[in-house]
Amino acid sequence: MLAKRWFLDHERGGKVLLAVLAVLAVAVPVANLGFPEDSPLHVSTFTVQLLGKYLCYALLALSLDLVWGYAGILSLGHGAFFALGGYAMGMHLMRQIGARGVYGHPELPDFMVFLNWDALPWYWHGFDELWFAMLMVVLVPGLLAFVFGWLAFRSRVTGVYLSIITQALTYALMLAFFRNEMGFGGNNGLTDFKEILGYSLQSDTTRVVLFLCSAAALAAGYLVCRFVVTSKLGRVVTAIRDAESRVRFTGFRAESYKLWVFTLSAVLAGIAGALYVPQVGIINPTEFQPLNSIELVVWVALGGRGTLYGAALGAVIVNYAKSTLTAQLPEAWLFVLGALFVLVTIALPKGAVGLFAHVRRARHA
Amino acid sequence: MLEQAAVRAQPLPGGVVAPHEWILYLDKITVSFDGFRALDNLSLYIERGELRCVIGPNGAGKTTMMDVITGKTRPDDGQAFFAGSIDLLAHDEPEIARWIGRKFQKPTVFVNHSVLDNLELAGLRDKRVWPALVARTTAEDRDRIDATLRTIGLTEHAARPAGALSHGQKQWLEIGMLLMQNPQVLLVDEPVAGMTKQETEATAELLTRLAGEHSVVVVEHDMEFVRSIARRVTVLHEGRVLAEGTMDAVQNDARVVEVYLGE
Amino acid sequence: MIKLAAVVALIVGSLAACLPAGATEEELARGIAELAAAESYADKAAAAAVIGASRHPRAEAVLTALLEGELYTTRADARLVTAADVEGGYAIRDAVTDEALGTVGRRAVSRVSVNNQLRGTLRSVIAGLRLTHEDPAERRAAIAKVGESSDLAMVATLEQLLATEEHGGVRDAIEMAVATLNLDSPDNALRLAAIETVGSNSSAHVRAKLTALAGNAALDETTRAAAARSLDRIEQRVALYELVQTAFFGLSLGSILVLAAIGLSVTFGIMGVINMAHGELMMLGAYTTYVVQTLMPNAIGASLFVAMPLAFLVAALVGIAIERGIVRTLYARPLETLLATFGVSLVLQQTVRSIFSPLNRTVVTPDWLSGSIEIVPGLAITLNRLYILAFSLLVFAALLVVLRYTRFGLEMRAVTQNRAMARAMGVRTDRVDALTFGLGAGIAGLAGVALSQLTNVGPNLGQAYIVDSFMVVVFGGVGSLWGTLTSGLTLGVVSKLIEPAAGAVMAKIFVLLFLIVFIQKRPRGLFPQKGRAAEA
Repeated sequence: MLAKRWFLDHERGGKVLLAVLAVLAVAVPVANLGFPEDSPLHVSTFTVQLLGKYLCYALLALSLDLVWGYAGILSLGHGAFFALGGYAMGMHLMRQIGARGVYGHPELPDFMVFLNWDALPWYWHGFDELWFAMLMVVLVPGLLAFVFGWLAFRSRVTGVYLSIITQALTYALMLAFFRNEMGFGGNNGLTDFKEILGYSLQSDTTRVVLFLCSAAALAAGYLVCRFVVTSKLGRVVTAIRDAESRVRFTGFRAESYKLWVFTLSAVLAGIAGALYVPQVGIINPTEFQPLNSIELVVWVALGGRGTLYGAALGAVIVNYAKSTLTAQLPEAWLFVLGALFVLVTIALPKGAVGLFAHVRRARHA
Repeated sequence: MLEQAAVRAQPLPGGVVAPHEWILYLDKITVSFDGFRALDNLSLYIERGELRCVIGPNGAGKTTMMDVITGKTRPDDGQAFFAGSIDLLAHDEPEIARWIGRKFQKPTVFVNHSVLDNLELAGLRDKRVWPALVARTTAEDRDRIDATLRTIGLTEHAARPAGALSHGQKQWLEIGMLLMQNPQVLLVDEPVAGMTKQETEATAELLTRLAGEHSVVVVEHDMEFVRSIARRVTVLHEGRVLAEGTMDAVQNDARVVEVYLGE
Repeated sequence: MIKLAAVVALIVGSLAACLPAGATEEELARGIAELAAAESYADKAAAAAVIGASRHPRAEAVLTALLEGELYTTRADARLVTAADVEGGYAIRDAVTDEALGTVGRRAVSRVSVNNQLRGTLRSVIAGLRLTHEDPAERRAAIAKVGESSDLAMVATLEQLLATEEHGGVRDAIEMAVATLNLDSPDNALRLAAIETVGSNSSAHVRAKLTALAGNAALDETTRAAAARSLDRIEQRVALYELVQTAFFGLSLGSILVLAAIGLSVTFGIMGVINMAHGELMMLGAYTTYVVQTLMPNAIGASLFVAMPLAFLVAALVGIAIERGIVRTLYARPLETLLATFGVSLVLQQTVRSIFSPLNRTVVTPDWLSGSIEIVPGLAITLNRLYILAFSLLVFAALLVVLRYTRFGLEMRAVTQNRAMARAMGVRTDRVDALTFGLGAGIAGLAGVALSQLTNVGPNLGQAYIVDSFMVVVFGGVGSLWGTLTSGLTLGVVSKLIEPAAGAVMAKIFVLLFLIVFIQKRPRGLFPQKGRAAEA
């Protein structure tokens, strides 16, 4: 009855996800690099970049599903962690530009020269090393989540109040990062990246490698999340979602559990952001805007929250729709997004995954 | 009202003395909600191994009293000690849950988890975050869970989600969770509400069995049930102890009769 | 500037001479004729002096026109005219009577030329006219300017003016101007007296002079100390005014926050519903004002009075639609309601963008709302903010009255405290819900009308205020009207007080961070709903 279960047992959706990722990891590089451009089997570099972006979004959605679908914490500011990870990576890439910027300054990025700064601020030091930047990608969102969560969960702030203050957090960060004095590029953000680890960011090979990293990160992120939610900790966390008070009375320190999951989720989001930035080539403060974080919620809701793979699915579907619509009918996109919110909450509480399950049940009945 | 028991006093920091034999010591507890006094100088002393029944009309303060004991509500005044030396007012719910377990009036089980998971979670030995992440279910744990399932009669329902159980079965599951938690004191709030006659009898038998090794405080309205298990009964009214003693003594107490209108 | 003194003396002398009324017409005519006929700049200067001396009401206009190169003579009859550029020529008006004389070709007129010296003279004459202008306010302005001219020779002139001036305020102005000039006086006693007097003048000129005096090592100790003391007095006063000004701005901002948040407090507090489209309801109110103004461009003054009930109605109807369509369906699922109403907000934004264009629209401020009142010299508050403050308090009071004294208010309160009981007592809870939501939405619409007077109206208007509105409600305590009022005004004042030190953006960030921390100490806000029912 309680035989040791491998955490992917009975999880068809997850297996499908991993299988798809494995296929993509092989097919996409081959299709992009192996075939010439006029071949019908060729996948353009633009598509590679787009797919990489979607995978990063999927990881971000995964991180939100962890806290929302499993722990019941509706964070309306998760985009902040994504953005912070992105900025950390962006700072490294800015340093890699070196003397190749517009102003040709070997130490200072262009925007600092433009602001007449004469030295690198203390918090930029160290970012010329990739390992340091990656450390910051994990530490900065993680630390912020930890402090915020410690304050919030300890005071038993839950429900809509919590959601509102997460929104306030990301809004405050957006305002802060817009300011030139902060030293993060102001409203232009960080951009014009040239290379990473010596490899040009424009080259096809680099793009493919970044894509592969994104796929790997998504797969790893999925496995980590899956491990967590199938463990005893995961059971406690879902119990907290359903009956927090009861969990306390059973002897669990609910706020510690929530804090742990929240921090892990923030770290995952940060990693997603860090992989996203080299692929899109820019990070600016609009990444912090509340709309982004709330849109992310729709991805998870549409895909099906509480399933992990559903979140990844939702992220891809919605962003694909967005790419298509904004290209062809830009005015329509916000209508569609708004309608999606209403539709999903009223008619599809279990999301697309729930819909599939429903259809499958109906067919078997 | 209260018989003077032989007391072996233990001095505590601050000079307060709470008798060691009293596993639960509530002294002059007062709780006000916006002017309304839910508990009014309530004093209650439970001996180790005792099976105490607490009865009283609605609004008498029974649930509030449990809230105070388990750390959910902070009293405006008074003291509460566990096992003589542990100040309950200085701890919060998860900490107190190590010593005092509570079954709620409305059965609160984890509805989306299986019966098995409910029991397993309640019975986790180390309830901290990291151990919970890496813990594996040992054979010993499995045995304990199986035993509890047998005790509460839910062996066939082990894999079902707890939300699918009947009201009575949920009550039993919650009691089962309490057993898995294995605290020294069990606070049981209306355990037989909605149960059949057999279930009620089984519950009475279980609770009586538990007393001795554990200390059990039962809050109930069902007088038949109370009579069948009670050795000592406390009557609460308007946040205070109105009367205390055996069931007969209490039922013949003029004040109790007045309050209950001849029950 | 000897010229100025001479000219002014001339003018003042003519005052003293009390020229009869008819004489001014003649004098003006003579001056005009001389100007029209003048060949050299010297002649023109003399003619200008005569025009000035006539003290005719139109003299200043004519001379100003000449100064700015807008005075022409017609070739045909050597008449002085002003000309405005129109297609194909000039539209000319008589320089004296301002009578429209039709359009003529460009060659029909020639400009009366001026050089720098003439300009100097003209400025002096005009200043002199202003010094003796009919309107006391004009006189005071001119006198103040003279005071800051650092021309000691003007002291005598000003004292002459003092002899004939009857208006109390203008007399004070003359005395102040004299004192200001006397700061440069070589006479120690005069200077000391002047230093004391100018202590009540906060202008930058005076402060600069006092600073120079205080630091001038060549002067004696008493004078320097006196200058320093006067400077101190001034600076303290200025600081106080700034504080009052900041506080007023804070109250003004706070009153906007209150207006914006109070509708939210009603829906959140009474129904437990988070309406993310609240900001867009405000936006709709602002756009309603815009539309009303577009429809009645000639009655801007009345436009606000039409816009207010209309905005209330529009927003209320949209609010009721949201309640019926979404909130009701998602009853008791607050997080889902949050998301669904967010979807509605997106749709509303995009709808407005599509209908009106994504660009900001200008809403005109009616006359009775523009301008400012000066409480004391140096402290002025703008009328629109004052009115908005009053408006917010009025709306708040009205809401209190509705809640406390009307049947509807009673039903609303009953439903908040115990829905089941209220229903059992015959209250139609679904109707109350819809109307409550409508009320909250309508007030948001009114907030939008107020906002349209302060800021640009665009589709993103709602987004800028939604986070703030939530913060106010959460800080003040959900469901508490007084809490919303207190927290809104407090947050407004605090923001503005921090602003000078840290800048507007940082102030906002601090407030947000403070609230994030505050809510963890007191999760239920300043004035929480009490009782066990609320704890549930």
